[in-house]
Amino acid sequence: MSLTPSDTASNLIEKSGKPVLKTLKNQSSAPALRITQKNRSSKVRKLVLGSVLPVLTLVVWQYASANEIVDATLFPAPTTIVKSFYDLIVTGVLYEHLQISVVRAILGFLLGGSLGLLLGLIVGMFNRAEEVFDPTVQMLRTVPLLAITPLFILWFGFGELSKVLLIALGAFFPLYVNTFLGVRNVDSKLFDVSKVLEFSRIHQITRLVLPAAMPNVLLGLRLSVSVAWLVLVVAELMGADKGVGYMIQDARSFMQTEVVFVGIILFAAVGKLTDSFVRLLERKLLKWQDSYKG
Amino acid sequence: MSTALLQIREVSKTFHSDGGDTVALDQIGLAVNTGEIVSIIGPSGCGKSTLLKIVAGLDIDIEGDVLLEGEPITRPSREKGFIFQEHRLFPWLNVERNIAGNLSLRDPAVRRQVDDLITLVKLQGFEKTYPKQLSGGMAQRVAIARALLRNPKVLLLDEPFGALDAFTRSHMQEALLDIWRENRTTMLFVTHDIDEAVFLSHRIVVLDSRPGRIKSIITNDLTLPRKRTSTAFQELRTVVLRTLEHTEPEKESWEI
Repeated sequence: MSLTPSDTASNLIEKSGKPVLKTLKNQSSAPALRITQKNRSSKVRKLVLGSVLPVLTLVVWQYASANEIVDATLFPAPTTIVKSFYDLIVTGVLYEHLQISVVRAILGFLLGGSLGLLLGLIVGMFNRAEEVFDPTVQMLRTVPLLAITPLFILWFGFGELSKVLLIALGAFFPLYVNTFLGVRNVDSKLFDVSKVLEFSRIHQITRLVLPAAMPNVLLGLRLSVSVAWLVLVVAELMGADKGVGYMIQDARSFMQTEVVFVGIILFAAVGKLTDSFVRLLERKLLKWQDSYKG
Repeated sequence: MSTALLQIREVSKTFHSDGGDTVALDQIGLAVNTGEIVSIIGPSGCGKSTLLKIVAGLDIDIEGDVLLEGEPITRPSREKGFIFQEHRLFPWLNVERNIAGNLSLRDPAVRRQVDDLITLVKLQGFEKTYPKQLSGGMAQRVAIARALLRNPKVLLLDEPFGALDAFTRSHMQEALLDIWRENRTTMLFVTHDIDEAVFLSHRIVVLDSRPGRIKSIITNDLTLPRKRTSTAFQELRTVVLRTLEHTEPEKESWEI
């Protein structure tokens, strides 16, 4: 039988309590150091491996564009795109568009996401609520958002309201579905514990249901954020006079392909940034999870 | 007016299913005194866990009644601490926060009690550890501390050490007796391990199966601490074993 260090530690401590722990802590400091060094070198390796393809693409692209192997108006050289990026930043145009887009996305996401979370919780907790709400929500969920867009423009006009509501609608479903699923996955045995410990109804939600459903809620959050971003672009392409989506649309009509590329890069960057933020949240909030880490 | 802390009076439980009704418990009567450790032992399926759930108030669909200090039990509460076979800790809380549960550690009284209990169950140094990093025995001791923090009038234990290895199990039995020596907590202890019953309890209730009836109640006069290897221990063990064997159907003898 093989024993891992932690196994032996717990067996020993089972007998005699604290003193064993101290010696064990001292022993474990040396291997821990080695592990961090190993982690660092593997991180560098990952970074290098991951950037091989993008760098190669950029080099080939630059070469092809500069030597006019491809049409430079359709495929402007990466250096042209960078310069255009720089110009847009310096003139403040980019900031103006980005700001309005981000505000729209955040407002829509907060509205739809919080409603999705709330309704998901309620429907998960109470059977009666599931019977009333879930069939309707599931039906609406299958309607493609693009099909609703014209209706929203008719109802709420071309202004901010229709855009924010459209984003909210998109952000609602992922959080709703995953929160609902998360609540239903709460171990019923832990509910028995909460009854024996006399948890109040509020504590049952905040101390049991929410933390237990957190893995699913965070997954829903990630999906909601990316949908909000997606719908934002759709809404801004359909009709707007500001925003990154509008900037792309406008640049297209003037054949400023490099500005189109700037817009796309911007969407990718902000999307990636928000996704990383949610993953950071996951690492913080779910460190208690005992699951396979690969 | 009886002086018993916990009174189980004529309790019967029938499970209804499509295949017909099954009588799990039939006319169980038992009184547990303050500060007493009573174990319930019997073959699997004799309804011993069901009986404990009834006392906990987790199952109230019964005939007869259960009284705690003269008051009928109608729902689960802190007065009846329950230790399940699995530790059932909240995986997202560390040891001290698991013990505190819905109580706030910022309350100085709670803080002090939690620290005392951590000392009592010998988990100093593990206050901030998460359940996934604990061994089975340590996790079960956290569960015991969690129940004790609520000052239960009776501690109900449903095969709490059944999933542990033999060494850990005997350590845990000693630990439980240490706790009893400190607090004199009344305990009702379900087990299928004869040694465990003889080692821990003042009285051993032997249940018969299908339907679950009390076959016999054996008083354990052995002084604490009990030595598993002593002759008196072994004799009592044999008595319990004999009583238990009578609950199993007779088998025909056969040649090797």
